[in-house]
Amino acid sequence: MISEQISEQTEKKLKEIIAQYPDPKSTVIAALYLVQEEKGYLSNEAMLWVAEKLDLPAVRVKEVATFYSMFRQQAVGKYHIQLCRTLSCMVTGSKALLEKIKTRLKLRPHEVSADGMWSYEEVECLGSCGSGPAMLINDTLFEHLTPEKLNNIINRIEAEQPDLSYSTLKETLGQGLK
Amino acid sequence: MKILTTNIKLSNQSDIHIYESRGGYKSAAKAMNLPAETIVEEVKASGLRGRGGAGFPTGIKWGFVPKNQDLPTYLVMNADESEPGTFKDKLLLEQDPHLCLEGLIIAAKALNVHLAIIYIRGEYAYGATVMQKAIKQAYLAGYLGEKIFKSKYALDVILHRGAGAYICGEETALLNSIEGKRGQPRLKPPFPAVSGLYGCPTIINNVETLANLPWIIEHSGSSYAKIGTAKSTGTKLISVSGNVSQPGVYEVELGYPVLDFIQNECRGIANGKKLKAVIPGGSSVAVLRADELNNLKLDYESLLAAGSMLGSGGMIVLDETIDMVEVCANLQNFYAYESCGQCTPCREGGHWVEKLCRKLVNGTGTRKDLDLVQSVCSGIAGKTICPFGDALVSPTLSFIKKFPEEFEKKIFRIKTYVR
Repeated sequence: MISEQISEQTEKKLKEIIAQYPDPKSTVIAALYLVQEEKGYLSNEAMLWVAEKLDLPAVRVKEVATFYSMFRQQAVGKYHIQLCRTLSCMVTGSKALLEKIKTRLKLRPHEVSADGMWSYEEVECLGSCGSGPAMLINDTLFEHLTPEKLNNIINRIEAEQPDLSYSTLKETLGQGLK
Repeated sequence: MKILTTNIKLSNQSDIHIYESRGGYKSAAKAMNLPAETIVEEVKASGLRGRGGAGFPTGIKWGFVPKNQDLPTYLVMNADESEPGTFKDKLLLEQDPHLCLEGLIIAAKALNVHLAIIYIRGEYAYGATVMQKAIKQAYLAGYLGEKIFKSKYALDVILHRGAGAYICGEETALLNSIEGKRGQPRLKPPFPAVSGLYGCPTIINNVETLANLPWIIEHSGSSYAKIGTAKSTGTKLISVSGNVSQPGVYEVELGYPVLDFIQNECRGIANGKKLKAVIPGGSSVAVLRADELNNLKLDYESLLAAGSMLGSGGMIVLDETIDMVEVCANLQNFYAYESCGQCTPCREGGHWVEKLCRKLVNGTGTRKDLDLVQSVCSGIAGKTICPFGDALVSPTLSFIKKFPEEFEKKIFRIKTYVR
């Protein structure tokens, strides 16, 4: 297998991060974030690139990539909804939100819409228990949700196409909805 | 009495100049001129206990680092807040990042640490950007880097993002994660204070624990020990969620009565409903029925005596309309999903218990299933490398023990017809 083509700026950023640590192996997570940011998901070729740069066996990278829930091995929509389903959000109404997402997007969990815009999944506690029900769209948090608010957010995202992602490259979070 | 939240909700507190204008970084500057032993003694005298969940005395934990050794010592700020119901560190990280950093600098000086790592959970992307900015400002101000506060001391700080794993809040799983491995807990001993990150002595402290240090250095440990109760000193952030009128993060003196807290701070139960139960310290502690809360105080000892724990201070309040079997199944789903998979009892048992609870919720569970839940639980508790197994078992058993009639009602019975 030949490793993925990765841009020079990603490689440059990885070198900067490696320089901070006593041991380059500590940057596996950061490297996977960088590659996922560039490619959208982690293919075997992308993980191999990380393994080569950090001088690790490929399996050491893959075992990390498959352990953490924020790494993906297949493509997701441009906007990926992660709806919290844990206790505090459940008692404040996350089930009704899930129904709304299902009827609105007409997708199964992890399925990507035909236009590539949407996908969703249920996730565990996001640490927004006091302002639930909550969800992340990419890396941006939306709180105090109701089915109507959720519908409205989806409409606005479709109209505005905002940046909602955290960039490891730039160390910034997208500007979000207007 | 407020120690941690005096400046919360004031605008631009995350800007270093605003933080300094309110007296910020004076304690860290003071600590630079104190011998390390003095800082450790002050923290010991304060009685400060770890705010992450275990409640172990911070000064004593620091004392476990071996003296006179050649290896470097590392310090980690545990900002991997993932316990359901807990969102107090998020408040500090996002609203007052310099308070957290100042605490980190003081702890680093006390432990002779020159590299500290902030491990923040991946989902806290906004918190990471705020913290990253605060770190950059601190470097520019000369509070981090070489010769900090014009002393000879050097300290570097790295912000390390996790990537979605509850278990990384466990100290040794967190260290494995920083080393670029799967977040699976290590066997103890050796404890991290002796052999932690890269095999070197490492101290891991919770965000809230560290955020108390500037106050302790400013006012002395003995002043801190006067707040709260004799064994649970100081204040504690309580993050309240569920069916209360005003959920949120509240700073209270330890020893505050639970029912008064819910009534006065959280403005009672939402929508005029009646209180049914409280999970006082995050999802991993035993549930308490409303009738068990009379005269119960919010501190480590009182809650332990009541058969539960103060834990992380993540309080989940449940009203009379909540189905406790469903609550139990919901939490089992969490634990089954979040098990790191290292130990068989937890990996297999978690899913097993979850399936059985799900059957009970759906009305297809039998008495045998309910008995089996308890038997599987006894096969998990105390039989795993880390406390995750116990964290799964203790709430489950408490739900069954304290709300037996609700479980009983869900049991599927074959109807027998008599002619």
